[in-house]
Amino acid sequence: MSGANSLTPFLAGSSLIHALDARVKVPLTLAFILTVSFLPFGVWPVYVLLLALTVSAALLSEIGLARFLRRSLLALPFALAALPLLFTIPGEALARFSLFGLTLTLSGPGLVRFASIAVKSWLSVQAAVLMAATTDLPEMLLALRALKLPRLLAAVIGLMWRYLFVLVDEAGRLLRAREARSGSREGAPRGGGLAWRARVAGGMAGSLLLRSLERSDRVYTAMLARGYDGEVRSLPHPPLSARAWGILAAGLLLLALILFLSRWMVA
Amino acid sequence: MHHSPVLIENLVFRYPDGHAALQGVTLSVAAGEKIALVGPNGAGKSTLLLQLNGILTPQSGRIEICGLEVNPKNLARVRALVGLVFQLPDDQLFSPTVYDDVAFGPIYQGLTREEIDRRVEAALDAVHMRDYLKRTSYHLSVGEKKRIAIATVLSMQPEVLVLDEPTAGLDPRARRSLIELLRELPQTAIIATHDLAMVRELLPRTVVMDGGRVIADGPTAQILADEALLEAHGLEALKC
Repeated sequence: MSGANSLTPFLAGSSLIHALDARVKVPLTLAFILTVSFLPFGVWPVYVLLLALTVSAALLSEIGLARFLRRSLLALPFALAALPLLFTIPGEALARFSLFGLTLTLSGPGLVRFASIAVKSWLSVQAAVLMAATTDLPEMLLALRALKLPRLLAAVIGLMWRYLFVLVDEAGRLLRAREARSGSREGAPRGGGLAWRARVAGGMAGSLLLRSLERSDRVYTAMLARGYDGEVRSLPHPPLSARAWGILAAGLLLLALILFLSRWMVA
Repeated sequence: MHHSPVLIENLVFRYPDGHAALQGVTLSVAAGEKIALVGPNGAGKSTLLLQLNGILTPQSGRIEICGLEVNPKNLARVRALVGLVFQLPDDQLFSPTVYDDVAFGPIYQGLTREEIDRRVEAALDAVHMRDYLKRTSYHLSVGEKKRIAIATVLSMQPEVLVLDEPTAGLDPRARRSLIELLRELPQTAIIATHDLAMVRELLPRTVVMDGGRVIADGPTAQILADEALLEAHGLEALKC
């Protein structure tokens, strides 16, 4: 159980955001991320506007602002990738450093570019974090199917999600079994040689793989027994309500306006 | 309902590695009959169960389900007639939610949305799990998973239920409630098990298998009283 709870980003709730149809949330999130990536560099007011959007949505979702911000720190490594831009974009020099005999020049335009990329990736991750926290995977799959994701792909993602937990449990049991037999005598060092321990770990990974293979065989058999014939079938979706359509249209319009605004600001 | 829903004649099956799992099994089950399949590990019980659904096909001999011979042409029909419940519910429940799993069989039968919903509800009602519709299978207890696994085949409205070790790994209370559930189900049933106490209580006829053959086939009371027979085939007579 513990494995699953730390694995799923979903936090059950009954807020407005949770109740919103996944077929509205998923396309809006994708559109939001797309809008953010199309924004020009250095349009700070627009960034703040978008930040206000994500934060108010997070507040509405009742998942806790602190948790929301903590999870969005996931964007940090992406910002790191943009770090060299600080020194490689030509422009007026703000500062000079000397590092390992290398002279680095911090340029004004470089700083703007780097900060913009950092903020933009942070905003995108915020949107994704919010969607993942308020949409359970089965619903998300439904939404992806409604967006014409191939059924086979949706079925594979569904199976992966289902068995991820089983696999984590299985790995946990293997680790526990090893732990249970890893005692030590008094005065003697604990654990064998490095090579031996590596071999044990390799054997565990191998047996996990074999068990998964065997399980996949049994799952396939269970599917066959209930009529599976190689073609993935699923139920048609219930129609989207007029209100949901309205929210989707309003959201897309708002994002288009923001994009337009940012272009106008640059011009 | 067919008068003899399961008819097995002289079935021989060899795994690709040469291991002869079934060496001439003959068995006939009457409509509504509930039989136990007992015998040591490796006796061929599970192999026989997989034959009933056409998942394994015999090298010789024949199987008829409700008058239909199990062959590639009839496979889809046969699979709708035989509800096979596997030993490990984690293998059987492969969908994200309970609803998706119970609806799987009906969806493959090409039923309408209304009929699928009706079947899912009826199947969950039959196993007393109506409230679990939207739950995730992963978070259920083993006993709950077993019940849902049975619902996933009940939704296909099969003529024959085939269960592999239904009481394995259950605590006494979950085992008790599963036995009561099996008692309520009207279908013809073939149950492979090591749980002789359940056999005595629930299943009037017992078939003993060993080494890929049927060793004995008769009334449960008579077979469970034959201590020598039980001992010779890896089973243990019940004490009281």
